[in-house]
Order: sequence, then structure tokens, then C-alpha cells
Amino acid sequence: MSAVVAEHDDHGDHHDHGPEKGLLRWIITTNHKDIGTLYLVFALAMFFLGGAMALVIRAELFEPGLQFVEPQFFNSMTTMHALIMVFGAVMPAFVGLANWMIPLMIGAPDMALPRMNNMSFWLLVAGALLLASTLFMEGGAPASGWTLYPPLVLQTGAALPFAIFSVHLLGISSIMGAINIIATIFNMRAPGMTLMKMPLFVWTWLITAFLLIAIMPVFAGAVTMLLTDRFFDTSFFDAAGGGDPVLYQHIFWFFGHPEVYVMILPTFGVASTIIPVFARKPLFGYSSMVYATASIAFLSFIVWAHHMFTVGMPVAGELYFMYATMLIAIPTGVKVFNWTATMWKGSMTFETPMLFSIAFVVLFTMGGFTGLMMSVAPSDFQYHDTYFIVAHFHYTLVPASIFIIMAAGYFWLPKWTGNMYDEKLGQLHFWLSAISVNVLFFPQHFLGLAGMPRRIPDYAVQFADWNMVSSIGAFVFGFSQLLFLYIVIKTIRGGTGEEVTGEVWEDASKHSLEWTLPSPLPYHTFTTPPKEIPTEHF
Amino acid sequence: MSTNAYYIPHKATWPIIGTGGLMLTLAGFANVLNGSSIGSAMMIMGFVVFIIMLAGWFTLQAVESESGMYSTQVGISYRMGMMWFIFSEVMFFAVFFGTLWYTRNLSVPWLGGFGDGPGRATHETLWPVFEAMWPTNGPGEIGGEFEPMGTWGLPFLNTLILLTSGVTCTWAHHGLLAKNRDQLIKGLIATVTLGFLFVGFQALEYHEAYTEMGLTLGSGIYGSTFFMLTGFHGFHVCVGAIILSVILFRSWKGHFKPENHFAFEAAAWYWHFVDVVWLGLFVFVYMM
Repeated sequence: MSAVVAEHDDHGDHHDHGPEKGLLRWIITTNHKDIGTLYLVFALAMFFLGGAMALVIRAELFEPGLQFVEPQFFNSMTTMHALIMVFGAVMPAFVGLANWMIPLMIGAPDMALPRMNNMSFWLLVAGALLLASTLFMEGGAPASGWTLYPPLVLQTGAALPFAIFSVHLLGISSIMGAINIIATIFNMRAPGMTLMKMPLFVWTWLITAFLLIAIMPVFAGAVTMLLTDRFFDTSFFDAAGGGDPVLYQHIFWFFGHPEVYVMILPTFGVASTIIPVFARKPLFGYSSMVYATASIAFLSFIVWAHHMFTVGMPVAGELYFMYATMLIAIPTGVKVFNWTATMWKGSMTFETPMLFSIAFVVLFTMGGFTGLMMSVAPSDFQYHDTYFIVAHFHYTLVPASIFIIMAAGYFWLPKWTGNMYDEKLGQLHFWLSAISVNVLFFPQHFLGLAGMPRRIPDYAVQFADWNMVSSIGAFVFGFSQLLFLYIVIKTIRGGTGEEVTGEVWEDASKHSLEWTLPSPLPYHTFTTPPKEIPTEHF
Repeated sequence: MSTNAYYIPHKATWPIIGTGGLMLTLAGFANVLNGSSIGSAMMIMGFVVFIIMLAGWFTLQAVESESGMYSTQVGISYRMGMMWFIFSEVMFFAVFFGTLWYTRNLSVPWLGGFGDGPGRATHETLWPVFEAMWPTNGPGEIGGEFEPMGTWGLPFLNTLILLTSGVTCTWAHHGLLAKNRDQLIKGLIATVTLGFLFVGFQALEYHEAYTEMGLTLGSGIYGSTFFMLTGFHGFHVCVGAIILSVILFRSWKGHFKPENHFAFEAAAWYWHFVDVVWLGLFVFVYMM
């Protein structure tokens, strides 16, 4: 007990004490910046692992016929690529940004529940380890697609229980992270930081956190039923016992649809943070952005079966889910309009974060439009499970979520490290990525409309040309990301040597609190709340 | 001794220990399921580590709380944490209630040839003679003949027990608020006793189901939903009763003040949540 009190006194007396020395610092840290860094580094590592799997897929699809891998392994690659990118790369990257930025943006000394914060990161690592270990198991990694549909997924070998428990661990990790974010935002805001003065990144994460708490237990329940169906004789998804395999699809997509918004809402938040800074204008329509985010989140819970139009639902169901899905275009349109209006007549400059953000607005809108096409149930009967859907969701994930995560990296790295990244290399990285990502995914629209099914290692020769183009784009895109890795490492280790001010970007401190602090950021910030709140939004 | 500064702990060692324990437990369980011989040892070791973590972490929190390190603001964070944790649990149970609803109202009728759902074709091509009904173990009569669980015997008794325990829990809370230590401790003893009594009766009910009624987890969709819902609930009652036992121990040690007793509140919230889930179970699983 005395030790605990001593630790507390230590905290009270020296507000500016630094981190632990050595590796232990990272294992037992409760500092939101350390944990944010852990999340971001982990996400970057997983991005390359998942990316390598994508390149295995694209290498195999470069030409018709079987070249490099067995079909079973190919299916494992599509499954693991998706699971790793969703749960290992995109979600953790945004949690990392949340950890770094939410306390800074609301003027809080740290996250509300720092010990739990540490645990949510390490549970993520544990879950990812279980998942990755399935690659080396008898029968191979899960090969059913990331949706883990029964009865197919029940044919998985030794990997099945490991994959299921990995989902449980990742779920617990996400729920802990989400609870922490909600408690931080509701309970730790500096005096004067009312909800409607919060930067939009904070708002989008608040709403995302509610989504996570509502959906992760649902996914956990669904995979638990897979486990008992396989090992404990239950009949949840077996018609012979009175169950229904389609039930799994309903439960999965009740989780799955909000889940894809978990990856896009924080993306909206970062874009809404970056664009005003480089347009040198307040964000257009701040409150409408908040309401649009909330509307999208609400709608995400009532549209799930648009992923299952071809499953044989009653017609009333098809119609309802079709119209409900179309509604999403309205708040999303509000957002795109607002970003565009923010740039309208702004004194724009085009540094790397802004370039990525503008590319996001354009390319995400395209991903949105293809989504609208597929929301029409009769049309979806044609597009369903073709490369068209692959093109659609990759447009909403790669040049949207991933571009924005990179934009966030360029935007805040100088703040975090006190070093400037190399602008020339950053722009080179942008143009390589922006061009190759379109070479990679745009032809997949044509392939899908022509009828090429997804998740197959071989295809009819009529699809050969566009597959080759797509694969070339994939390799250029993949290897361009090594440049990003180089730029990040170089920035951390001193960057261009240029002096970085606290503000980093011109007048950024008008937009958000983190820019009122020195660069690099001290280990502890806002141990006393800030006196003034930026009011640029209003 | 409450301070104004928000308490930010440093050097958290329990999270990594707990993570290791949990991971070992689950990896061990997966090995058990795959029939590997090292599985059970891994599982037990991991679980022991996990329990040590829970004991250690909660002790640390209790010690810190009693030494006045948590301001009102810290208390609010904890309350929000507990609230949203319970909400996540609600969503977890919602999956199984939803499953019950879906099978009873949609997929089983489709299998019996009603409506135009996806199961309709299954009816026509595979099991044209299957008639939709509830309870059922499906057209394949999976698990063989069984007798469904009744309503007004043990389950009704358990309903009364759990509802009473909710009352005694609140009575204990009133004792705490009125600084009536005697009432606090008696109320908690009653609550914990009723909680474990419930679990005992539930075990008895399962025993009867397995030995006399032919009703098992493998009895088609009825057995699956019945045991999954009541099983997860029973597990939660166990956890809740253990939590309340700890609270009882701490009350006996003289912890908690009328103005500061978050741990008691959290345990009570959890207990009422478990109570409400049971009411749902009683109505939708046992009665309807």
C-alpha cells in the first residue's frame, strides 16, 4: 500500500516526469501518447503483412490459370488479408490516432482509464497473434472469406477455434478502447470545451465508439455459435436441427455493416480536420457534419441485409433494405458537399496531407456511387459477389480510410516528433499511390460488370487483360508504400532538420488545441486544462 | 484526501499479465477442442494467471480508492466504464434473444413451408413433410426425442429468488447510504446466498434435463437456444455473485462511504442487469 501512495505522491510532485527506460516503457505504459504510438506502429506492421497477402492474390491473378499457389491457400489469403487489414491495420490505426489526438484536442491530461487503455492494446496484439498463428496450422488458415459464413467455415481445420477466439480477443480489445474513448470525451473535456466545440475528429470517434460497443458483442455472439455448432452439437446454423445458415448472415451483417462505418467515420473526422487547415477557412457546416455523422451511424444499424440481396429474402425485405440503404446517400452527400464548400474560395495550399485529403474526397465519392448502384436490389443480383463489389469497397477503404490515415501521419508527425517530413518525398508518395490505386482498382469495376466472380484463383481468359492491369497497379501501389515507411522513419529520426513551430501549419492553432502546444509534444500535456478553446469552427 | 488532479496511474503491470493469461487460456481451450494433449494444461495455467490478475488488479484499485486517490471525476469515468460495459453485455444477450426470435418466427415456419423466405426451398426439396412447430429439434430430429422445459416448477421458483435478491441488494444499498452497517452486511449476505441458490437450482434443472428429459445442447434448435441463453445467463449470475461476495468482504472490512462506493454501485448495477435478463428469459424461453 505504501508503494502505491508513494507512486501517487511522485505523480503529484513532478508533473513532467518522463517515460520509463528501455523496452519495459512500452509494455507497462499508461501514457496515451505511448499507447497511440504502439497502436500506430502495430497498424503499420499489419498493413504490410496484409498488403503482402494482397500481393500474393494479385500475383496469382496476373494471368489466367494456376501459377503460384494452391486454391485453398489462395482462399486463405483473401480471408486473412481482409481480417488483418480490417482488425489489424485500419481499426488500430484509428484507435492510435484517437489515443494521440483526443486528449490533446479536448484539453485532457490523458485518457480517462489509462490502465485499461494499456490492456486494450495488448489484447489486440494477443488476438492478432492467435489469428496469424492459424497460417501455420493443419488444414491452413480460415479460407471462408472474412465473413466466416457457415457451413463453409465449419470445414476449417485446426485453425477454426483459434480464429474464433482471436475474434473474441479483438472484440474485447475494441470494446475496452471504445469505452475509454466515450469516458474520455464525456468526462475529460477542458472547461469551455462544449460538445459542439469539439473538433470533428473527436465527434466522429465518439459516434464510432458507440457503434463499436453495440456491434463487437454481436460478432462475438455469432462466432460463439459457430464454435458450439462445430464442437458442442448445437444446430444454430443447421437446417436439419431447425436452425438456419442464413441466420448467421443476418447476425454477421448486423455487426458487419456498422463495422465498415467504424472504419469510415473516423476517416471523415480526420478529413474534416485537415481540409480546413489547408483551405485556411473554418469547416463549412460544422453542425451539419455532426448530425450527418450521427445519421450515418444510425442508418448503419438498419441496412444490414443489403449484403444478402441474393440469399432469397422475402420481397418485402428486399424492398425495405433497398430503400433504407439509399437513404445513406443523403448524409454522406451532405459531408461531401461540406468538404467541397470548405475548399471553395479558400486560400488553398497543397501539402501532402491536403493532397491525400482531396484524393479522399474524390475517390471516396466514387466508392459511394458504386455503393449506390449496388443498393438497387435487382441490379445487385448482377453485381453480387463479383469484382464490382471488390472494387467498390476497396475504393471506400484504400483511397479513403488508408489515404486519410496516411494524411493524418503527414499532418501530425511534425507535431508528435518535432521534425518535418520531406515534402518532396511525401508528394512523390502521394502521386505514386493516387495513380497506382486507380490502376489497381478501377479495372475491377469492368471485371465485375463483365461477370468475374470474387474469391477465385483462376478465371476465364476474357478477363485476362484487366486482371493484368490491376495486378500491375497492385505491385506499384504496394511497393510505393515502402516509401511511406522510409519517410516516417526518416521523420522520426530527425526529418529534414527544419525547425518546426508549435503550430506546424499556418494558423493551425485557430482550429484545434493540439497546435497551441510545443513541438515535439512533451510527455505529459494539459496537466492543467487550457484557458482558451479555439473557435475557428463558428 | 481527495485531490483535484485527475489520477493517472503509471507503470501498469496487471494488463499485460491479464492479457497473457487470457491468451493462454483461449489458446489452451482451442487446443483442447482440437484434441491436443497440451491444451488442458495451457488452459488451466492461463486461467490461474487470469484469476491472479483479477485479484491483484482489483485489490490495487480497492487500496487506491480507500486511500482517497480517486476524485469525483475519476469516479465518473469508472461509472461510465461500467455503464457501457453493461450495454455491451446487453448487446451480447441480444444476439441470442434475436436468434430465438428469428428461428421461432421466421426460419422454422419457412422450413415448414410457410411464407417466402430462404428456408422455403429447403422445405420443398429436402423435408416436404416437416411441420413447423415449437419446440422443435428440426426436420432431422437432431438429438432425438426430448421433453421441453416446463415453466412453473424450478424456473418460476428461480424467478422469485432472483427478484428477491434484487430487493435485498437495494436494501443493502439503503443500509450503506444510511450508514447502517448491519443492514448493509445482512442485505449482501442475503443477496449472495440467493444468487448461489439460483445457480444451484439452475444446475439441478440442467441435471434433470440431461438425465430425465432427453433435453441437451444437441437437441436441435430448441436445445441450442435454451442452453445457450440460460447457460450464458447462469454464468453471469455466477460472476455477479462472486463480485457481490467481494463487495460483502470489503463491506465487512469497513470499506465504502455513503458518498463514495463505486464498487458497490457497479456490482449492484451488474446484478440488476442479470436480473432483467432473467425476466426476458423467463418470458421468452420458459413461458412463450
